[in-house]
Amino acid sequence: MPAVSDTVETVRSVTDQKYKYGFVTDIETDTVPKGLNEDTVRFISAKKGEPEWLLEWRLKAFRLWMTLEDEEPTWAKVHYPKIDYQDAYYYSAPKRDELKSLDEVDPKLLETYAKLGIPIKEQEMLAGVAVDAVFDSVSVATTFKKKLGEYGIIFCSMSEAVREHPELVKKYLGSVVPYSDNFFATLNSAVFTDGSFVYVPKGVRCPMELSTYFRINAAQTGQFERTLIIADEGAYVSYLEGCTAPMRDENQLHAAVVELVAHDDAQIKYSTVQNWYPGDEEGKGGIYNFVTKRGACRGRNSKISWTQVETGSAITWKYPSCILQGDNSVGEFYSIAITNHRQQADTGTKMIHIGKNTRSTIVSKGISAGHADQTYRGLVRIQPKAENARNHTQCDSLLIGDQCGAHTVPYIESKNRTARVEHEATTSRISADQLFYCRQRGLTPEEAVSLIVNGFCREVLQVLPMEFAVEAQKLVGISLEGSVG
Amino acid sequence: MSHVRSIPFAYAEGATPALPGGAPWLAALRKDALSRFAESGLPSTRVEQWKYTNLKTFADSPLRAAVETDAKVAVAPDLLPVIDGAYRVVFVNGRHRPDLSDTGPLPAGVELSTVAGTMENDADALKGRLGVVAGPDGRVLVNLNTAFLADGGVLSVAPGTQVEQPIHLVFVATAATEGALAHHPRNLIVIGEGSRATLVESHIATADGIAYWSNPVGEITIEAGARLDHIKVQADSRAATHLSFSKARVAARGRYDSFVMTVGALLSRNEIEVVLDGEEALCHLNGAYLITGRQHADTTTFITHAKPGCTSSEIYKGVLDGKARGVFQGKILVAKDAQKTNGHQLSRAVLLSDGAEVSTKPELEIYADDVKCSHGATTGELDEDSLFYLRARGIPLAEARRLLIRAFVREQIDEIPIDAVREHLDGLMSGWLDQAAQEGALA
Repeated sequence: MPAVSDTVETVRSVTDQKYKYGFVTDIETDTVPKGLNEDTVRFISAKKGEPEWLLEWRLKAFRLWMTLEDEEPTWAKVHYPKIDYQDAYYYSAPKRDELKSLDEVDPKLLETYAKLGIPIKEQEMLAGVAVDAVFDSVSVATTFKKKLGEYGIIFCSMSEAVREHPELVKKYLGSVVPYSDNFFATLNSAVFTDGSFVYVPKGVRCPMELSTYFRINAAQTGQFERTLIIADEGAYVSYLEGCTAPMRDENQLHAAVVELVAHDDAQIKYSTVQNWYPGDEEGKGGIYNFVTKRGACRGRNSKISWTQVETGSAITWKYPSCILQGDNSVGEFYSIAITNHRQQADTGTKMIHIGKNTRSTIVSKGISAGHADQTYRGLVRIQPKAENARNHTQCDSLLIGDQCGAHTVPYIESKNRTARVEHEATTSRISADQLFYCRQRGLTPEEAVSLIVNGFCREVLQVLPMEFAVEAQKLVGISLEGSVG
Repeated sequence: MSHVRSIPFAYAEGATPALPGGAPWLAALRKDALSRFAESGLPSTRVEQWKYTNLKTFADSPLRAAVETDAKVAVAPDLLPVIDGAYRVVFVNGRHRPDLSDTGPLPAGVELSTVAGTMENDADALKGRLGVVAGPDGRVLVNLNTAFLADGGVLSVAPGTQVEQPIHLVFVATAATEGALAHHPRNLIVIGEGSRATLVESHIATADGIAYWSNPVGEITIEAGARLDHIKVQADSRAATHLSFSKARVAARGRYDSFVMTVGALLSRNEIEVVLDGEEALCHLNGAYLITGRQHADTTTFITHAKPGCTSSEIYKGVLDGKARGVFQGKILVAKDAQKTNGHQLSRAVLLSDGAEVSTKPELEIYADDVKCSHGATTGELDEDSLFYLRARGIPLAEARRLLIRAFVREQIDEIPIDAVREHLDGLMSGWLDQAAQEGALA
């Protein structure tokens, strides 16, 4: 099978390509000393001028976390040296306190974004996308606020939301992912630095896609983002999250928490393109991406949709989930995960059906190459009261090369007779026939693999918002160049 | 603390039943198994493989290991399941009962005996055979079986032998004169190169409602080009606990077909492990369970594709009524060099009542790229359209339901190659459906 061995060769030959977005911007950061103790938590809270209740909440989380020493999850199929949580910085912020317009933004920062191909100004003017750019841990630029304000939509950094809308933050923070949820979520609750906050009021359809680009910049800074999105009755919002990070040798921990709340008839669409530094060919360096993402469909007829394109990070541990509480609510999970070299990904979703007539769809496409290991891990649970609940799950894995692994671990629990649950999974490689067919028509092996993989992922690429679809396809393309073939 | 320790300690401190011959190698094996168990205890639901099957209440039940006198109770021969033409070996409370067995004249090349019988003749005959396929590697209940086994079937088929009639191992449980019994039969099967045989294993009780624990372990070796059809019928008392483990090692071009029918036991687990250990080996694992009341039936399978070019397929179907709970956990592991692997798995469950529930965990772990693996799982009610179709033709609802359930399960039974066995299973299914109809489950 010459076509296949060619492919494997191609994969090997292009794996030497270096991470395209690997560079470091030199900006002074305002950091606390390494280590984690109550003072660190108090420092972060004080630095952000937080109210007493929030500090108390952080401290509660911190005290719980201290008792969890042996509870760091080990069930995921990922391996990494034990993390020394005392050997990291928990706060770093670009040195500038208040920013009134984009002009005040450090030009170096803007340059960073330009290198990533997402110039804020251009986006502001041309793309019509509001960008809440998170550089390290503090939001430094928020655009289009005024326009959103006209609709009553709140789109700001979490710190600002704590200052300006404490009642909303207090009501919803931790209501979907409680501080005691899991090891990493508890850590995040104690030391989260910033993130995005979105509130869409009753009956408002957000007129544009809201977008945040996350960056990890200061070496050895754990990133603890906290995002909270609330769609009130009948509201609609589409949120885009995209990430790239500079090349670094030391592993960096990222433990974010994202909470979504959808009330009656509300709809939230959350899309992610994750392209953090995955480490080098030998698995040195790279981001540890241990994220807790969960959405609650609280109201009737509400809908939460997760779409993710995961190509980066050394280790991904991520299960965006939906709690389908309201009757007739809908949960969706569409995922493409690409792992190469020594990357490890353990990702999937949970769909908890509580209300009547709740429906969920899971489509997961995993591509594993090089020495990578990838696992789909998912849970579909139908509670006894979820009359007529429906779930359809499809998870497909594609293997490229004989050194990688692809695993599927779905849990399906049905406690209602009237519920219908269907699950399908396949694992295979690109067939020699498909490759031969493409090459016969003059495509290079690389182009052929790219075409086939894009076809494999089509169902997910299709549901990405327009603004993201192009970038995602490009990203799959880049990953294909550099990793898939 | 990931384990609970208890019951067996009640009798772990007592003496392990002596096997004839008193072989030192076996004594050492048992001592090791017992100390391993003492260390691990019974698994709790925090152990991933036992996530859905909780042994907590069982762990505290007052059991005692069956002793020789327990095997001597009277059993009416007409209680025993009959498969026409089969060579039958009967065990009562875990020990051989020659008076109830009928092995007729065995064909040339077939050796059919018992663990105790073999040991009596030659204390070293089973050395290197017992405890080899199912080793002491962390299987808690296998360790307990090793420590307390008293008897079991031993089948050896010489190379190049085609055994036409099935070999039938019948395990009968009776009420104990005092307390509840635990038995740990161990079956050792070897099918020689190019041979073929059919093994039927039945588990029954002399009356429904007797509480006991059956912990059978099977060790199966299938040599190159050989084939074994293994049909297990678990019709234990609905107050019993049945936790079984069997492991088959299949050599090149060999084939292992397993079918498990579960209708009995309050708490049951049927765990099958298969290692496809030679090129182009093949296995089919099929089964059906029909449960009701508070029955809990767990099917756990683990197929390892260790060599290239092997094929496995699995289909399990469940019908659940009352507050029954079904569990299916199926794992396929494809080793690094096991290219050209085909592995397919399907589990389906039909829920007839509001309280029934099903948990499914199909799992693929794949380290080779030239593979075609898939799994599918469905859970739901009987198909509304099919019911409507039948009712539109004047068939009453209960009858229509019965027809659909029959068809659903029958599809599985039809795969079995021997008529007498198919009829036997069909009879069991009909019995279950009759009872379900009486209880109004189909109305």
